[in-house]
Amino acid sequence: MSHPIPPGTRDVLPEEMRELRSIGGRMRAAFEDAGYGEVHTPALEYEEVLLRGDARAAGARYRSFDEQGAVLALRSDMTIPIARVVATRYAYAKPPLRFSYLAHAWRVTDRGVGEPREFLQAGIELIGVPGADGEAEVVALTVEALNAAGLRRHRVGVGDGALYRGLLSSFGVSAEAHMPLLETLSRRDLVGLEAQVSRLGLDPGQRDLLVELPQLRGGAEILSQTPGLEGLQSLHARLEERGVADRVIYDLGMVRELGYYTGSVFEVYDPAVGFTLGGGGRYDELIGRFGRDLPACGIALDVQRVHLAQAAEDALGAKEQPE
Amino acid sequence: MNDRLTIAVPRGALFGGTLDLLDRLGVDTSEVRSNDRRLLFADVGIVTMRPSDVPTYVEHGSADIGITGKDVLLEQSQRKVYELLDLGYGQCEMVVAAPGGGDPIGDALRRLGRVRIATKYPKVAGEHFQATGRQAEIVEVKGSVELAPLTGLVDGIVDLTATGKTLAENNLTIVERIATCTARLIANPVAHKLKAAEIDAIVEQVRR
Repeated sequence: MSHPIPPGTRDVLPEEMRELRSIGGRMRAAFEDAGYGEVHTPALEYEEVLLRGDARAAGARYRSFDEQGAVLALRSDMTIPIARVVATRYAYAKPPLRFSYLAHAWRVTDRGVGEPREFLQAGIELIGVPGADGEAEVVALTVEALNAAGLRRHRVGVGDGALYRGLLSSFGVSAEAHMPLLETLSRRDLVGLEAQVSRLGLDPGQRDLLVELPQLRGGAEILSQTPGLEGLQSLHARLEERGVADRVIYDLGMVRELGYYTGSVFEVYDPAVGFTLGGGGRYDELIGRFGRDLPACGIALDVQRVHLAQAAEDALGAKEQPE
Repeated sequence: MNDRLTIAVPRGALFGGTLDLLDRLGVDTSEVRSNDRRLLFADVGIVTMRPSDVPTYVEHGSADIGITGKDVLLEQSQRKVYELLDLGYGQCEMVVAAPGGGDPIGDALRRLGRVRIATKYPKVAGEHFQATGRQAEIVEVKGSVELAPLTGLVDGIVDLTATGKTLAENNLTIVERIATCTARLIANPVAHKLKAAEIDAIVEQVRR
């Protein structure tokens, strides 16, 4: 007999559940130990409220109506609900505020059959610590939480989400032309990007910079090659102080898809798997949209992907070091 | 993923050009050339497959980089892979073609309000007709697309053509050009960061 469940959702049975619980629990403990208290918010929110945060990130495409006719949406991340919590429940609390979560979020993708639409995320939000200090704390705790989860080779990619846009503006490229360029860049269609940049009619030096900059990625050495990277340089100095600088890859072409990021952006990788384990960044304007103007940054990790990476690392480790 | 790059190589029309390119990069392709049936050549880091499977393996990270046609990338634009280089070879045109003599596509649109198009590229075809403001019913076929208008299944086709010979032999003429397609070098997003030096070395060598 077939009794289907919605596409992108799945049942988790005891053996897998034990492992997911163990990974999630160890990450949660790492967050708590660092002073990030766990919060829980409703899975369903008023769509209108989520929209205040970000039009593109607001709510999955699963919607429903309540008995009053109001539109309810499943949250598509925990960052917007926590921004709401900060502005309402902590309206007068003295920053900094530190929150963590281990919760589901939903996102509908147009991709292949079986692509997950329901995610278990483990994440943190650091509110009220501006600039490199806040970002270094989030990156360092991410590395530590994944250590606790049993990964050994994970890395954090760090970019500046405002960098390319800033360059375009400083070269006098009109704001309408930004969107298609940033969209091509976010797909890393470097062939298309080169063609689009060539059509802007800039002088050769500017054109080459716009084509070559997004290809720069690596250690701290790339940060000294380009002007305007003071933010990432001071982040690097703080990551060195925290002893995690060698776990970070700087990537000047990184553009995160969500619209609310205002500065540094993060992605998490493990060499055992070909997909990112999570991501985040700085979002200094989001909480202000709910009425309390505070800088913030955070990161979310997909617990199931962390589990896949951990299993892949185990398999590789077993192959590389036969007993 | 280990430290040497695994390369997804397309069999079919791009196979020869790709092996020549790999020779120039110093990859030993003699085993691949002499062995028609084997798919995996682990000692030189090559896996061979149909061009349309290359983005799948690269997206998943089973191959770090790969070579495939722009036609495949256009059709599978949802894949999370990075497009690094236009390799220039394997040039083809993505075209709209219809039986010669008369204007079957225009006639169908005028009289029936929509046109029927057969293709192996339903996404590219659908988007092309949508972008040009015409209603099209896309019929996906797996085999020879040229057959479809000859039997009355459709009014025209969207397909890839290198010389136009097969089209001409089936009395089809090119009525619109959608895109020029060449071989592209693509990379897995995570490998692009974690194996940046190895990937950049290849990009550098190809560009030279």
